[in-house]
This record gives sequence, C-alpha cells and structure tokens, in this order.
Amino acid sequence: MPRLPKLPAPPLPSALQAPPPRPGEEVTKGGPLEDAKQAGVTVVDWIDERTSLSGVGRWLLFRKVPKGTNWFYTLGSATLFAFLSQAVTGVFLAMYYRPDPAGGAYESIRHVTNDVFLGQFVRGMHKWGSSVMVVLIFLHMGRVFFFGAYKYPRELNWVIGAVLLVLTLVMAFTGYLLPFDQRAYWATIVGVNINGTGPLLGPYLSDFLRGGGEFGATTLSRFYSIHMLIVPGLIVALIGAHLYLVTKLGTTAPPWLKAKERSELLETEV
Amino acid sequence: MNQAQKEQYLREYALLKAEGKPFFPYAVAKDAVMACVVMAVIITMSLVLGAELGSKANPTTTTYVPRPEWYFFFLFEVLRVIKPPNLTPLATIGVPTIGLVILFLLPFIDRGPERRPERRPIATLTGIFVIGAMALLTYEGAQAGSPTAIETPTPSRVRAAGGALLREFEAGKQVVAQSGCLACHKLGDNGNDGPGPNLTHIGSKLYAQGIARTLVNPTAPMPSFKNLPPEKFKDVVTFLSQSK
Repeated sequence: MPRLPKLPAPPLPSALQAPPPRPGEEVTKGGPLEDAKQAGVTVVDWIDERTSLSGVGRWLLFRKVPKGTNWFYTLGSATLFAFLSQAVTGVFLAMYYRPDPAGGAYESIRHVTNDVFLGQFVRGMHKWGSSVMVVLIFLHMGRVFFFGAYKYPRELNWVIGAVLLVLTLVMAFTGYLLPFDQRAYWATIVGVNINGTGPLLGPYLSDFLRGGGEFGATTLSRFYSIHMLIVPGLIVALIGAHLYLVTKLGTTAPPWLKAKERSELLETEV
Repeated sequence: MNQAQKEQYLREYALLKAEGKPFFPYAVAKDAVMACVVMAVIITMSLVLGAELGSKANPTTTTYVPRPEWYFFFLFEVLRVIKPPNLTPLATIGVPTIGLVILFLLPFIDRGPERRPERRPIATLTGIFVIGAMALLTYEGAQAGSPTAIETPTPSRVRAAGGALLREFEAGKQVVAQSGCLACHKLGDNGNDGPGPNLTHIGSKLYAQGIARTLVNPTAPMPSFKNLPPEKFKDVVTFLSQSK
C-alpha cells in the first residue's frame, strides 16, 4: 500500500504537547492520537486505491489561479452558493407541498407559512433567495462580459452560462405559480399567454405548459415537475460542465494585467 | 483571433498563472467569505421581508393585478413600450428572442483578441447601454401603478336612464376596478397606458357583443374572463359598452 507523506504536526501549545523523552528512556511510537491519525490515513488510502479520487481533488483544489484575482471573481461561486441554498430550502418546502390546484397547494403553503416550525423563515429564504440568485447571476455575467472572459478559449463556457441564466429564469417563472395565490395564478396566466404569442412554436409551448388548451388541473403539477425535477437536474448537470471547463481552462486574469517577461516557462509551473 | 494571437494569449495566460497562487486556500477563502455574505443577505431578507401569501387563487375573480416577479419587470415593460396590437408579438417574443440569440452568440460575434474594457469601446458601451436600459425598464415597471379604483364620472346619459342600467354600470365599474384591468388598460385618468388599448371610449368602438367576445376570447397576453360569474360578466360588459 502506498504511504502518504506524514501530516505536519498541529501547532499545539507546549502544555498540551507530549514531553520529550528523557535520556535513556525508550521512545515509544504510537499512542491514541497516532492511531487515530493512522486510521484516517488508512481509510482515505483505501478509498483512493479504489477510486483514484485524490488526483481529481488535487486537480480541482491545487491548481493555480492567475495573479490579480480579486473579489469580482467570487460572484460565480456566490451564484452557485445561492443555488445550493435554493436546493436545500426547496427540499424542505417539498416535504410539505402538495401540487393540488383544488385547494391543497394553497392550503399546504398556508400550513408551511403559518403552522410549521420555522416554515415562514424557510419559505422566505427560498423566495428571496431566488431574487439574490438572479441578481448574482447577472452580476457574474457582467463581470465576465466586461473582463472579456468569454473570449478564446472560453467561448463554450459562456454559452453554457447563458443556458444556465435562461434555466434560472425558467425556475423563477415556474416557481412563481406554486403558492397558487391570486398573484401567482393571474401572473402565470399572463406569462403563459405571452409564450403563446411566439411565432411557430409559441402556441405549442403554451399548450405544453398548460397541459392542454385550458389553464387547469394539470397545469400546476406540470409546473411543479418542471420546477422540481426537470430544470434543477439540467442546472446541476450544466453547473458540472461549467465548473469542469473553469477548472480545465482556468479563470481569466484581469485584462489589464501583463505578465513579467521571462525567457522560458518551466513545465512544472503551468 | 488568428492562430498567432491564440498562442500569444495562452502563453501570456500561462505566465500570469505561474505568478498566481493556488486555488486552495487563497481563492477558496474569498469564496467562503462571499458565501457567508450571501447567506447573511438571504437570511436577513427572509426575516425582514417575510413570505407573504396572498388570497387563494380564484379563477372567477381577479382581485389581484397580474404582476410578475420584479426581475421580469423589464420584459413586461417592453410590452408597454411597444403598443400597437400588431406589434405585440414583437414585444413579447421578438425583442427577448433577439436579445437571447445575441447573448448566446456573443463569443462568436466578438472575436477580437482585445480584452481590456476601455480598448473595446463598442462592446463596453453596448454592455453599459443594455444594463442601463434594463435598469430603466425595471424601474418603470416598478413605478407602474396597480390602481384598484376607478374615478370616472358616470355619464349623464346613464344616470338619466337610471334603473337597471345605472346599477349594472356601477357594479361593472367595481368589477373592472377589482379585476386588475387597469394594470394594462387606461380608463379616463386611471390605470396604465399599455400594453392593452385605452378603454375610455371603448363603447364607441365596439358593440356590447364584441366586448363580451373579447372578454371571453381575448388577444394574448390578456387572460380570459369567461369564468366570471354571469351577472358580474354582464355588469362589466354594460360598463364598458356605456363608456363612450
């Protein structure tokens, strides 16, 4: 079994450190701390021997980011974090939600808002988290645009990002109906009607969204499944592709930075 | 970008990267701080603004003005700016679709090697213009009122007729006021001028039958009002057809 290099000793205060061996005393290796450390190493080793994941981890974490990377570069990961927050709060809301237009949907949201412990808080986080995510995704896009980061070799990542923007807006649109109050109902009817005015595909798209020619019982469950299953799945997959390309191609340097002139570039530094 | 420019960029980038720091822990630390800020903002908004729930959806009345979430205001506002009915598809689908196609194709439209914002004025100015336009449209959309009262005088003709006509007229005015019509239509000095046509003199343009048919089977994006209770529906038709 390959041995990993030893972890550096944590900087413990002197009172907690084991006393140095007295002259003449036999040095005993081990002790519970050493055993625990070895157990951890063994488990990681065991998994790594079967998956080779440590290479992926190194590739992901210990790549270099170029000089000059500043706070504007956190907007993408902030968007990702907002998405994760939406996913977690959404899962909790789904535990109570019933996609039943006959009254169950509204009633379940009323139950969450008024009765469930922290229910209104979690629903508020989901509701306002969507606004935060939309704002962050636009800010991230603005950063990429003004830094010229969509240019060679990152064109494909821009396209994936644009698809993610559209999917985020689809999430916002479909989620708006789910509470099934007056505002949600009428705004969604207008929204679906707007889709219907599109050329060629428009009428088919709005028929698909409504689940028929009429805004009815299927519409809500259709929006629910789009909001809960289809679009989040697509978003997760595309975020994966987005991050893969970011890691592979690297984040851009701020456009006004120039590298120091050097005669040659060492292979190990790339 | 030609091959030489591509190689020049990759070389320059490799040098900058070599001068940089590892992603972990330096960039991760910044990202973590930002994640905490995002979390704090979401939690604060949830605590301060809460999650209101309106009254239950009711297809037979619209006591709520159809309003999208605020970040769709700019799309909604395009409808108000482009008003002629035959241009509505342009506003609803045309402009957003063109914008979206340009957004997708941006890296293939702008292929120059220059990345500094001040040295690619067309891209930078276009970006600033688009952001400004979206901000303005969002602001205008937020300003658009949602009045739920109509303060137009009852015409003397109707008042003279009295009886059932006057009663239906007044009731219809109430229903129209409560049904969110004014979100898209103007009636006298009330309501918003667009996307829908001005209803002040609708009675002189359409017969009552035509008005009823439009209410049942309207031009998109207007919702259909065929689920209104029959007497309310009749009141609305009376009110609109008497608005001459």
